[in-house]
Parts: sequence; C-alpha cells; structure tokens
Amino acid sequence: MSNTKKWFSLNLRNTKTANNDSCGCGKTSGACDSSTNQHNLSDADFDAAVDTSIADETPKDGFGQVFDVQMDRRSAFKKLTASLLIGAGAVSTSCSVIADDDAKEKAQIDWEEQFKGNYKLMTNDEKSATVDRLVRSYQIRTGKTISMSSKNAEEDVLFGYAFNISKCQGYMDCVNACIEENNQDRNSEMQYIRIHEMKDGKGLNFREADDNYYHEVPAEGHFYMGTQCFHCDNPPCVEVCPVQATWREEDGLVVVDYDWCVGCRYCMAACPYDGRRFNWSKPEVPEKEVNHNQHYLGNRLRKKGVMEKCTFCVQRSRAGQNPACVEACPTGARIFGNLLDPESTIRWVLENKKVFRLKEDLGTEPKFWYFMD
Amino acid sequence: MGRSKVLKSLIKDSLDTITHGSKKYHIWMAVLTLTMLIGMYCYSIQLEEGLSVTGMSDSVSWGLYISNFTFLVGVAAAAVMLVMPTYVLKDIDFKQAVLIGEGLAVAALIMCLAFVVADMGGPSVLWHMIPGWGVFNFPNSMLTWDVLVLNGYLILNISIPFYILFRHYQGKDANPKVYIPGAILSVFWAVGIHLVTAFLYQGLQAKPFWNTALLGPRFLASAFAAGPALIILILAIIRTFTEFKVENKTIKKIALVVTVAAQINLIMLISELFKEFYAPTHHSESAYYLFFGLDGKTALLPWIWTAITLNVLATVILTFHKLRNNLKVLYFACFILFIAIWIEKGFGLIVPGFIPGPYGKIAEYTPTGIEIGVTIGIWAMGAFVFTILAKTAIGIETKKLRYKK
Repeated sequence: MSNTKKWFSLNLRNTKTANNDSCGCGKTSGACDSSTNQHNLSDADFDAAVDTSIADETPKDGFGQVFDVQMDRRSAFKKLTASLLIGAGAVSTSCSVIADDDAKEKAQIDWEEQFKGNYKLMTNDEKSATVDRLVRSYQIRTGKTISMSSKNAEEDVLFGYAFNISKCQGYMDCVNACIEENNQDRNSEMQYIRIHEMKDGKGLNFREADDNYYHEVPAEGHFYMGTQCFHCDNPPCVEVCPVQATWREEDGLVVVDYDWCVGCRYCMAACPYDGRRFNWSKPEVPEKEVNHNQHYLGNRLRKKGVMEKCTFCVQRSRAGQNPACVEACPTGARIFGNLLDPESTIRWVLENKKVFRLKEDLGTEPKFWYFMD
Repeated sequence: MGRSKVLKSLIKDSLDTITHGSKKYHIWMAVLTLTMLIGMYCYSIQLEEGLSVTGMSDSVSWGLYISNFTFLVGVAAAAVMLVMPTYVLKDIDFKQAVLIGEGLAVAALIMCLAFVVADMGGPSVLWHMIPGWGVFNFPNSMLTWDVLVLNGYLILNISIPFYILFRHYQGKDANPKVYIPGAILSVFWAVGIHLVTAFLYQGLQAKPFWNTALLGPRFLASAFAAGPALIILILAIIRTFTEFKVENKTIKKIALVVTVAAQINLIMLISELFKEFYAPTHHSESAYYLFFGLDGKTALLPWIWTAITLNVLATVILTFHKLRNNLKVLYFACFILFIAIWIEKGFGLIVPGFIPGPYGKIAEYTPTGIEIGVTIGIWAMGAFVFTILAKTAIGIETKKLRYKK
C-alpha cells in the first residue's frame, strides 16, 4: 500500500481483492499458511475455499455475514455469555495458582474495567487509574506500548472552529488525516468529516450536494463545504443520553466515554448535524496503523456497540496542537483556536468575516462557523 | 406464615395448570418455544457480530426493534381502557375482560423491554442505566423517564391482578380499598407511559417529522384503538377455547372504545396530512418520502398505503352499528385495524423520521433476516408470557384453581 493514498483507498477488503500479488494473509512475498495448505487440497475443496475467500471479500448483508462464514458455534455461545464469563473468569483466574501472572493481571484489569464508573464523574486519580489499566491491558494483549492521556480541560479555553468555503477544494486530506489520527474502524470506512460537493448557483443546497464523490477535484462549477461534529454549546445529544455517557467538557468539547455508553443511539437521533457515528461491528485498525498517542476521551481504540465522534482531536488540542484536519488541509480552509483568546486567529475570523452557522434556528449554538473570502 | 404457604401452593398449582392442557395448547406452546429459540439464536449472532447484522445504519439508526417497542407501549397502555370502567366506574361488564387486559399489558411491557435490550449496542453494560447503581440522566433524558414509567407500570399491572387472583384463589373476595387506589393510579400511569414514549421522539428538534405537538395525542388515540382491538381478538379466542365466559355485551362495549379511538385517530391523521401537504416546507420531506417516495426511493409506499386503506376501512366498518354488532365483522375490523396501526405507529413512524438525513441524504432501511428473527422471537415470548398468565388467571376465575387446606 502506498503512502500517498487517497481516502477512498481505505476499503481494505476491496484493496485486497484488487491486489493480486498478495494472498489472504496480506503478505506480498513468501509463503503463508493458507497458500501452503491449498496445495494439498483436492479440486472440489479448492473451489470451495476460493468461493469462501471471494465471499469474504465482497460486501455482504446481515445474512451473508453470518451464514457465509465458517461459524464456530462454541465461540458464538461463549461470547453470548461474555459479560458473565468476564466476572467468572476473573474470579477463577485470580484464585488459581497455576495461571501465569499476565493472565491473572489481565483478568483483574478486565474485571475492574467492566465495573468502573463514568469517566465524567471520576476524580483525577480514578482517571489516571483507568488510563493506566487500559495502557497495561494493551501492552499485555499486543506487546506494544501506547501513551494515553487523561488531561483535563484547561482554564480559560473554549475551542472553536471556522471553515472557509471559498478556500476548500475538496481534496479530502482532512478526512484521511482524521482517520489516521483517530483510529476509526477501517472496515466500515467510518469518517467524522463529510465534504459536500455543491453546484455553483444553487446556494447551500445540501440536498443536491454529493458527499461521496470519486472524481478529480476541484470539479468545474462546484464548491465544497465540510461538516463534522460542531461541538454545540447547547448540545441536544448530551441532553438525551440516558446515562450521561456524553457531555460537554469545560473547554467546549463534546466527548463520549466509550466505556460508559450503552449504545442506545438516542444521541444519534437527536443530533441535527450528522455528527455522531456508531460502531455497528467490532472496529478494527491494523496494528501498524494504530496511532499510539491517545487520549481517553479521544482516539483510544473503541469497541463494538458504542458511539463515537469528532473530539476536535482532544489528544492534540489539549496538548496545544491543531486538530489533524486543520493541520492536513492544504488550502488553509480550516481554522481552529481558543475563542477566549482575543489574539487567536479564530477570533480574528469571527470579528472580521461575515460568519454563519448551520441550522441556527434549532438553538444548538454550534461552535463551528462558516465564512467566505 | 399462612400466606407464604398459600403462595407456595399457588405457584405449585399454576405450574401444574400451565404444563397441562389440550393437544392444541401443547402444540401452541411448542411452536412458541421453537420460535423463541430461533429468536435467541438470531440474537446470539447479533451479540457476536454486533448490530451490523441488522439493516440499521448511521443513516437510519433505529429500525424494527424500536418500531415494535413504540407500538407495544401503546398496547400496554390500552389495558387502562378496561381498568377504568371496571374498577373506577364499577362497570361490571368489563370485569372478566380486565384481568385479560392487564395480563396483556404485562406481556406487552415485557416485549417492550426486550425490544429495547435487543436494540442496545452494549447489553452487558446496561447496569449503567439502573438508578442508584449507574448514572441516571434524570430528568433531562426522556429515555430515563421511559425506563421509570414502563417499569412502574409493569409493577402496577403485576401487583393489582396478583392481589385479586391471590384472594380469589383462597376463595375470598378482593378488598376494593386495597386495589382501587392502585387501579386509579394505573389509569393516569397508562396515559403517562404513552405520552412519555411520544415525547421521546417529539422532543427532538433534529427530526421535524416527529417534532410535532400532535404526536403525543395521536399516540394515545392509536393505542386506544389498537390495544382494545387486540383484546377483543384475544377474548374471542379465549371464549372459543376455554370455559371462561365472556359475554357479548362485554365485547360490544370494548368495540365501542375501539370505534371512538379509531375515529379520533383518523381525524388526527387528516390534520397531519393537511399540515404536511397543503403548504409543504423543507420539513415535509419525510412525509413525502413516506407517502410518495423521494428520488425514486419508495420502500415504505406499499406499507403505508396498506395501513391507510385498512385504517379507513376498519373505522368505517366500526362506525356502523349494524356492522360492528355482527361479531364476525367486528373481529375482522379489529384485525385489520391492529395491522394498520402496527404499520403506522411502528416503522411507518420511526423509519421516515430518519429519511432524509440531516443533510438530505436518502438512505433506505430494510430489516435483515436476523433482525426479523429476533423480532418474531420477542413476539413469541410475549405470546408465551401472556398464555401462561391468562391460563392461570382463567383457572382461578373459573374456580378450578383453589387453595386446598
């Protein structure tokens, strides 16, 4: 895979189909298990194996995903009672004398993680304790060390964002950078940012805009407009959450505690800006693509069945950097900064440009402004 | 001491009752059990793979589960239409029907809770929602209100019939001073559960299709049509297959309730259609999608027009005394009305709320086989629970089940 990939190359499964040089294991040279096995197969078995591998690579509906794969019934039932087993397993492992220390420690961590509280209500000590557990758990599982922050909002900081419609050319470098930075699920091609390609002379017509284009940009007679989570000051998604798994931080970021979310998707229905994403299946990021610089509320690895969203790259913004999308934008269409700092660029934009926000009549008070040169 | 002994005997006797019956009864229960097992298998796949095995997506993030949940809250609320005249207005005609109605409410509520759990991305952390243990976002989130009122209503609808049946089991009369306050409370509570469920949708400024003041009242009207319609059908079945006596007068009185509710529901539908189509705005697009399709996407068209046709037909049949008083015609009208409202208050309400999306994207929703399997499984569970409750209640009411000292 080349380093200069466009965002649409992210469909890893399809890339594999196109790439004839590599086999199922992803290696381009040398032997792998599946290929050596195939030499010993009879013709009929070989056809069946090919069918399965083709089926693996074509998009499937719910039925196909389930019935076209080899289903290990034992593991299915095992996972059916997974949450109960975590507890039972933890107890038995920690009581067992033979189990090795890592397994014991992992069970202990799983137990504590399953029954920890809501991050929003944690003290700083509790916050760093859960972060330590998550780092250690990742280390046990993959042997890799990540750095995870639990940095709180700083005082006198309120983050805001401005988008220059005149400058955006629809390159989607922001989308690519966002995915690489935030460890989104590669299989479902989850993206926080959408770039809407609009026709000149039609005004801001989202209905007729195309947010899924695959041609050379900038296209003649079109202009581009990006949307993402607007980090509303009066966020409807926060109001509706039954368990306060999502909230507005002191610096204005609307964040999600992935471990506290129950996955009811009420926030998704309440968001007027398409700002929220759901992990419909287990999110997967190839180990070598994982961004190891993480924040608990930001780009740490998510799990199946929880909400996630743009956090203005909390792991970067609270460390004094721009979000990845701002940094990646080659045209300078994206401006980010502290709204409480009178010297900031964002303040200059708000004071000197004719800015507007989307769906202002809903009273959500987005902290995301659009303007034109 | 004495009471626990009676309770023990009641449990033993009811277990005895529900495990014995005619061949037809056994076949019925076996079919339900099989359906439930298939549903559980489908759910185990969903747990394993995630909600990606359903037809839901980031565009249409609620589907068949939440649709059925919404509809069944209405069915549960409808039990009140029998409770009120029986306990509060002391109308004797409804007395036999009311235990059935409350049993139906319990079954419907259990189905509601099952549908909500099935829709959750993380059922293993659902304890986060238990007040006191987790973090309960009350009173801000309407979902927490819904959790409270649904569980409260469930407790009410279990305890009132249980008290009455427990007394009757011992051959004693139930003391009205004990159950009447509970019954009055449940009347208000029933209106509450459906109104709160409507507010769940009504309160979202992001979804203009739901964000209408008529949604709550219309929920009530349609519920009080569909719920009692189902009760009529169930009473008809019970009358045929058991010794439980249900008079024609009772059924005809419930039919009157269905008729009035169906008429009000139709008036509200007309008002809604007028608002959406007389001076259509940007906010009418969901209604356009539902009734006429948008950009050639017409998945809901056959459903909604079936629903409207059945709804109008049923209301017309019910309105004419001659037709309504013919029981065979009445059962037919109740059946089509039930189907019509299931479509209309189910996915006819939930799915178009998401279409078009926040930025006008039109992505349609089709439930997958697994989703349908889980849904049918939950319905089978409801039928199973109801059969058990009804069989015990009928046993006690027909004086077959009695405490022997």
